[in-house]
Amino acid sequence: MNHGVILPLLLPLLTGSLLLLAHRQGAPFKRWVSLVATWVQLPLALVLLSQADTGVLQVYRLGDWAPPFGIVLMLDRLAALMLLLTAVLAGFAVLYAVRGDDERGPNFHALFQFQLAGINGAFLTGDLFNLFVFFEILLISSYALLLHGQGAKRVQAGVHYVVLNLLGSSLFLISASMLYGLTGTLNMADLAGRVGAADPADAPLLAAAGYLLLVVFALKAAIIPLYFWLPRAYASATAPVAALFAVMTKLGLYAIVRVFMLIYGSHAGVLSDMALDWLWPLSMLTLAGGVFGALAARNLQILLSYLVVVSVGTLLAGIAMGTEPGLAAALYYLLHSTLVSGGLFLLADVIARQRGGSASELISAPALRQPLMLGTLFFAGAISIAGLPPFSGFLGKVMLLRAVPPGIDAAILWSVVLVGGLGMLIALARAGSMLFWRPSEAASVGRPADPICLLAAFGLLLGSVVLVLLAQPIQAYMQATAAQLLDLRSYLQIVPGPDL
Amino acid sequence: MEAVYAITLGVMMSSGVYLLLRARVFPVVMGLTLISYAVNLFIFAMGRLVTGAPAIIGAGREYGDPLPQALVLTAIVIGFAMTAFVVVLALRGLGELRTDHVDGQEPRE
Repeated sequence: MNHGVILPLLLPLLTGSLLLLAHRQGAPFKRWVSLVATWVQLPLALVLLSQADTGVLQVYRLGDWAPPFGIVLMLDRLAALMLLLTAVLAGFAVLYAVRGDDERGPNFHALFQFQLAGINGAFLTGDLFNLFVFFEILLISSYALLLHGQGAKRVQAGVHYVVLNLLGSSLFLISASMLYGLTGTLNMADLAGRVGAADPADAPLLAAAGYLLLVVFALKAAIIPLYFWLPRAYASATAPVAALFAVMTKLGLYAIVRVFMLIYGSHAGVLSDMALDWLWPLSMLTLAGGVFGALAARNLQILLSYLVVVSVGTLLAGIAMGTEPGLAAALYYLLHSTLVSGGLFLLADVIARQRGGSASELISAPALRQPLMLGTLFFAGAISIAGLPPFSGFLGKVMLLRAVPPGIDAAILWSVVLVGGLGMLIALARAGSMLFWRPSEAASVGRPADPICLLAAFGLLLGSVVLVLLAQPIQAYMQATAAQLLDLRSYLQIVPGPDL
Repeated sequence: MEAVYAITLGVMMSSGVYLLLRARVFPVVMGLTLISYAVNLFIFAMGRLVTGAPAIIGAGREYGDPLPQALVLTAIVIGFAMTAFVVVLALRGLGELRTDHVDGQEPRE
């Protein structure tokens, strides 16, 4: 057994515990520990990615219990990809946080590490109940991180976020236990086999459990009509927390892929691909809703939060196609949108700090101290997220638009995505011209941006360029990932069949 | 037994949902607690309702499924932590926002 698989989970968990024990230590100690522990994840994720790229599905049996009896961790191409994405995002977010944001409340770094442990665990686990547990770990740290830095606005957004997610957790438990009651297992691979072989009389109940799971994951992923909590929560969070949250909606989408490609995938008999018919209209509505929200936003961070909703809709369209090119395009877009929206959240905070009291409100404010540099970065990030060439958003959209089979679906997707892109561009252009070109008469108040903070924002935005430069190998990896996800044989082999 | 059990769960769940929709933090916390009780009982019931059966396979013809019990324990612990967090958050909200409405402001009449 390869023990490297459990390291992305153990490392942040132990670091977080250490940081809790050492909470009386000075800020430099905690910062260095957190920085080192977060950046070590990057080479680790790269090693795991290269291992996963051999196409072999790695299964880590905790306590060496044979599946389906024990809990397993499962490393396939998708899980490795998500681990790498989280490592990059978290690395830059923590780099931003060490320049002062972490000292605005207690235990920032410990909570950050626990949240990482939850996220990595959720990506790795191959057990449905374990997925619930990791969701709870990352949620409870995210509740505390959301409130980090105090302030009435955060409490207000926090109450909605916490209550909604608690209700979501209850629904998750109901559906997981329903699946257990019907099939007698919680191992995802085993579930896939047993749902396929289930008594047709049980099919409606199994479908009900599946749709309940869809509701839970749609809440996490912020799919219409369950996205109303997102803009306020993300916009009120501290910048590095908001940047890390960019991967949280993707976690919901990841869970949708896992459950509806594996458990209710091509192997599930009458229930095969049952969610895809629902996901398609939902994706289009989410995309449209996000664009309308962005157009109506009067605050830069709210605007960026709606762009996160737009990216969820776009991604979901790729997933809903249920085909290899669609899934590959969605995964490429997932990398792009997470990195760029994370970078934009950091950049928005840098900009807001130079605008005095009006901060990120889109109203006339004192001129920025460094308009040229910040403007260039904002411009690059904006055209990347709106999907214009030469950045990765454009490539992602082209792949998505080419993946859809011709017909009525293609007509809908092309028009929604392209008109939506125009809407995003208008919203971003309005915000940008207000921020950079229409300063008030008052003298500049802000100090020049901290170089490390700028580096963090720049690093994430640079991800967009890297995605374009390395488009071919990345695209090949995505194709392989999609092929692996749609071919369930290697997953079903995790659990030895009755003939063994 | 099943019918009584099911009705109990239904009553608890619907009371929970009703309280949740009251949109004041105290009823919301109560509602969430009731819902989590109902969910815990539901998980327990998914191991099938039998009485007097040992939780050991092979000791008798019938056995109680131990796995849902383990799941319930996990769910109870997590639910407890979450409830504690919501209560603290609600108190903070009351202190900072001067209202117990979940929107953080009194609704306009």
